[in-house]
Amino acid sequence: MSTFNITLHVWRQKSPTAQGKFEDYKVEADEHMSFLEMLDVVNEDLIEKGKEPIAFDHDCREGICGMCGMVINGEAHGPQKLTTTCQLHMRQFKNGPFDIWIEPFRAAGFPLVKDLVVDRSGFDRIIQAGGYISIRTGAPLDANATPIPKAVSDMAMDAAECIGCGACVAACPNASASLFTAAKITHLGLLPQGQAERPERARNMVTAMDNEGFGSCTNHGECESACPKGISVDFIARMNRDFVKASATAYDRAAKSDGD
Amino acid sequence: MQRALTLYQSTIGKKVAMALSGLVIIGFSIGHMLGNLNAYAGEVAFNEYAEGLANLPFIVWPTRFLLLACFGIHIASAFTLVTRNKDARPQAYHVTKHHEATFASKAMPISGIALFLFVGFHLLHFTLAPQLFNAAHFENPFWNFYAGLSHPVLALVYIAGNLALGLHIYHGFFSAFQSIGANHPKYNPLRRDAAVGLATILTVANLMFPISVQLGYIEAPAGYEAAMADAAAPVNDAPAGDH
Repeated sequence: MSTFNITLHVWRQKSPTAQGKFEDYKVEADEHMSFLEMLDVVNEDLIEKGKEPIAFDHDCREGICGMCGMVINGEAHGPQKLTTTCQLHMRQFKNGPFDIWIEPFRAAGFPLVKDLVVDRSGFDRIIQAGGYISIRTGAPLDANATPIPKAVSDMAMDAAECIGCGACVAACPNASASLFTAAKITHLGLLPQGQAERPERARNMVTAMDNEGFGSCTNHGECESACPKGISVDFIARMNRDFVKASATAYDRAAKSDGD
Repeated sequence: MQRALTLYQSTIGKKVAMALSGLVIIGFSIGHMLGNLNAYAGEVAFNEYAEGLANLPFIVWPTRFLLLACFGIHIASAFTLVTRNKDARPQAYHVTKHHEATFASKAMPISGIALFLFVGFHLLHFTLAPQLFNAAHFENPFWNFYAGLSHPVLALVYIAGNLALGLHIYHGFFSAFQSIGANHPKYNPLRRDAAVGLATILTVANLMFPISVQLGYIEAPAGYEAAMADAAAPVNDAPAGDH
């Protein structure tokens, strides 16, 4: 067991409207701790002293739910590639840096709730705008009734890997949600079941994305680099293609039935 | 038309408009550079090219209107998107660490503003108001070319402007493919190579014009020095005035 001392600089903010600031905490970290376990230790100590623990989002701690996420030394989910904050281990910091700055995801589309917790329900509204397929329920279809080429199903799975954590928005210099929206549009748009609503999906999800106040994509590529699931920016080009095509060819009747 | 306007209201529509207008401007820049290569063939070839262009008003004027429209769309979209992107992160990070963003991609708004000023200067210098910058103005295009680029300060302005152009195209040409949705796993790596190649060729070729004049590789046309001396003479002979 090997431990080392680190200094945390954590963003503390009581409420969405309160003035926030960095507070420093000295911690003895074990290299086998996950980053969140290290914060748990800090919080235990704070609670014992009768102070307010650091608020941060977490759930499965297995890297699949998309709930955790903070910006660690300027990187969403920290320095390890393809890894969520909960799966990041303190051994990554064994050789420094021993000063660790922890900030919430910062974006107008992710209003801050408390400390490191942000409200990502903007993503839910983007999904509600079209991130689904409408099917009749009833007896399940035979699993292999609809043939899908292997390469296509692989690509759809790559897009479906998105866990909606928001690291793409956090890492983007423009706080754009393009990678998230593109992953969802691609995932459904590649498969036969997603074809019926494909044009409306592209138009409605992009419109929802714009309405949430996220920035635009300027093709820096930071999102792909920060994504714990390695979602490719190629999907953004696909989204753009789907959106332009849908805007040009959508039936006017469908446009009118949108109610706007 | 209504569909085009609806498309333009979205962030993606604005990026597509920027990509397409940018590609038109890049196309013009290539033609502009190729035409100017006539300078190496000497005064006669250069002037024949310039006069040839002037004798094609039905090509020159539509091109000018198209370019003006493209510049307008490009700048208006850029302004809207940059403002929006600034608003999208009201509070900046204390620490930022970038992995993929390049100097060129981050400097796009700056290089864009630099290009806007440079193109404005270039239009004034050679087309709208040459007398503002040149000691003398001639009816001979090659003489004006030489007069403009032989001035060391103006040559530096051209060098700086073309470096900004190279930087802007290095990210812009690559980015345009992505914005209009032109991607395919097989050809994606080529987009970056194409951007590097185009930016390099265009920048180096354009930089060579002021450098060649400054180093004397493109020589002063016959009679130019004498004419410049004549043009300067009245200034020397002018009354002492109030000093």
